[in-house]
Amino acid sequence: MNAETPSTPPETTGNKLRVKIIGVGTAGTIMVDQLNREEFAAASFAFVNTDATAPSGPTKHLLLETAPVRGLGTGGDPERGRRLAEENFSALKFICAEADVIFLVSGLGGGAGSGVMPVIARAARETGALVMAFVTLPFDCEGNRRQQQARLALEDLQEASDGVLCLPNQKAISLLAANCSFSDAFRTTTRLLTEGLRGIWRLLMYRGLLEIPFADLRAVLRERQRECAFATLEASGLDRARDILAALPLHPLLEGGRALEEAATVLVSLCGGANLTMAEVNQVMQDVNGRCARARVIVGAAQDEQFGDRLALTIIAAKPGRDEQLKGEESVSRAETEPATAPEFSSEFLHPTEIERPKTRVVPPSPTLTATQREELITKQAGKVVRTRKNSGPRMRQTTLPLDIVTKGRFDKSEPTIHKGEDLDLPTYIRRGIALN
Amino acid sequence: MFDSSSIIVGLEIGTSKVCAVVGEVNDDGAFNIVGVGQCRSRGVRKGEIIDARTAEEDVRHAIVEAEQMADVEIRSVYLGVTGGHIRGFNNRGMHPVVSADREITEEDVLDVVKNAKAINLPQDHTVLHAVRQHFFVDGQDGVKDPVGMLGARLEVDVHVVHGHLNRLQNAIRVVKGMQLEVEEVVFNGLAASLSVLTPAQKELGALVIDLGAGTTNYVVYSGGVIKHTGVLAVGGDHVTNDLAFGLKVPQGRAEQLKLEHGHAFMDETVAGKKMSLKGELGLPLNTINLGHLRRIMALRLEEIFQLIAQDLEHTDLLEYLRAGVFLVGGGSRIPEIARLAEQTLQMPVTIGKTTCVSGLKSALDQPEFATAIGLVRFGSLKHRRQEKSSLVKNIKHVFGRLLPR
Repeated sequence: MNAETPSTPPETTGNKLRVKIIGVGTAGTIMVDQLNREEFAAASFAFVNTDATAPSGPTKHLLLETAPVRGLGTGGDPERGRRLAEENFSALKFICAEADVIFLVSGLGGGAGSGVMPVIARAARETGALVMAFVTLPFDCEGNRRQQQARLALEDLQEASDGVLCLPNQKAISLLAANCSFSDAFRTTTRLLTEGLRGIWRLLMYRGLLEIPFADLRAVLRERQRECAFATLEASGLDRARDILAALPLHPLLEGGRALEEAATVLVSLCGGANLTMAEVNQVMQDVNGRCARARVIVGAAQDEQFGDRLALTIIAAKPGRDEQLKGEESVSRAETEPATAPEFSSEFLHPTEIERPKTRVVPPSPTLTATQREELITKQAGKVVRTRKNSGPRMRQTTLPLDIVTKGRFDKSEPTIHKGEDLDLPTYIRRGIALN
Repeated sequence: MFDSSSIIVGLEIGTSKVCAVVGEVNDDGAFNIVGVGQCRSRGVRKGEIIDARTAEEDVRHAIVEAEQMADVEIRSVYLGVTGGHIRGFNNRGMHPVVSADREITEEDVLDVVKNAKAINLPQDHTVLHAVRQHFFVDGQDGVKDPVGMLGARLEVDVHVVHGHLNRLQNAIRVVKGMQLEVEEVVFNGLAASLSVLTPAQKELGALVIDLGAGTTNYVVYSGGVIKHTGVLAVGGDHVTNDLAFGLKVPQGRAEQLKLEHGHAFMDETVAGKKMSLKGELGLPLNTINLGHLRRIMALRLEEIFQLIAQDLEHTDLLEYLRAGVFLVGGGSRIPEIARLAEQTLQMPVTIGKTTCVSGLKSALDQPEFATAIGLVRFGSLKHRRQEKSSLVKNIKHVFGRLLPR
């Protein structure tokens, strides 16, 4: 079944989505096991594993095993995991049945996660469900081999599923205290991933004031994205909108707001209790829009009684990946070699009035151009606004010198004292915006 | 030889002043202050040296002055350091007792403290202090001195203060450049707390805030041990800088205005009150608004206390400060600063008095000297411990020879 077919059932069934959350491999089992069952009461749970790590409580649990290993696992070999999964393809399909949306949760890098995930994603897709995968990539310290396996599996998974939300564990390392234990580190990454899952869950389940069309959500997660940064933030109290905005650039997964700046598509979802106000939504959106001026921003807002005083913000920022960049360049170079595929030129010749006269009589010989420069030139001559390629990293902007009205006086040259994103060297009354008169 | 070792010098290279205090330890461990040397500091910003040459000049002046006053030759100093890079946190170390009879020895204690120090610090950081809090013997809590006790497993909680190695080295190099030995490097906040708090107050729980010119250091004691330390690279210089910016006067003038008209509160009676400044020739220069001065200052000072309160809230220590808050450092001279701190921290606040010294007491019982005196006190404690341990060693040595093992 092709994911591009628009006739996926979820959009029409609204709140009666049948969601299934499946933990794959040991890591996946543990992560799903830690989800709060009451919050996800509307979902059904299932587990797939190759060794005997079993979930607590009564749930569907599928143990993939062959005679020689007897539930001892795959020994970290994804190939074995994949073989096991292929052998039990029908069982996997059975476990995925009767769901509109399937969340697959796993940690890539080991045998079960890397091997089974792509296969189960395929199985789930074949049952007609929408498949969304939530995976972690191993820490750098777990070794090259696991990294490599994880990366390969991630590529397969991106092919096989409708959307992948991926958390490279290494990014979370800045969150960890210096003396944080190893198990705590994994707990932190689990928490981060589950936050992402919860955010998507809210998007799906609490439909409300400003709905995000399901297709949009899928597009953000699927549309040729290689890297998705996501963050879920919560705050309560009077200043909750402000608190959330203050915490936003500090979130480690957003890389100090850089992820938002570079993103091509940003999906924002706000969720609050009955007292969610327009002003709050407006305040948050203004800030977020300011942060990602060049991205397509999709907004959703919902209300739910059980949120009470809290306000939750989920942001998914999708950045076009490196592969896309390469692909883009290829197509450009192809365009150069085939003159027929450059229609802008011919249209220029048809409408000669639009050509600007050269400023000087002396016309220098045309310079040798790189592919991107050439493309820009072509679009410029076609009278369009030059759009820098989004996938060529951070956009080069014309910078202006800061109009430094507030100088730091004697601390001008010293290392700034930054505390929670505030530069304490600036006078307090200016930072707080207190007028002297 | 004996003479020189009983002289202890504390040197603080502060942002506003360099201060050297000479103390003389008598036989029962108490000490007299016999000399003080001071010099205005020019090469330091935010507690860290930015101009080594000027700093060295200033240190030399202070040392010479102290030498003349105390009539001694200074060979080594206890050096106080601070800076925004210094951090503190609590850690626990474990050590199995391996000896056959399970008696905990001095070596076991050293080992367990070493283990507690072996933590993954940020790169380039080095441990300044590892202050012992409590020992645990086989899980039994609250052991003060485990030497001689029996047990299989020895654990210790330590408070580790660490800082950036190179930036600490800068201060040390300045002192070494003058052919002075650095006995030990001490965190300024720790030194200040040593000179101000009595053992009873440490037991009750106290917060000492050193409001310096470049940095604000704070140390929390509870149950007799250090629980938390922190440095905020914001101090009196920032107040001056804010005033210079807000009132549009030069830094020097701002400093003078701060000293003459500074106040911790914005008072309604001064709102809108104008004041004209006079130049050197007595001609009116410009007018400033006294209300603005007060407001700018009050906001900055309040923010400092708020930041400290926020930090302490994270550690859940605010409830344990039953002896209250003690302010030291030049900033504690600001009128009504104690009342402001009381309002912000919701706790009784007093200006700290140096309790531990005799000697030039009246001249030295100023909050500015708390850190330098604390450095001498740190030295005297160290001195006493060394003497004791060397005595114990000697006795052991003698007995060791008498008793064949």
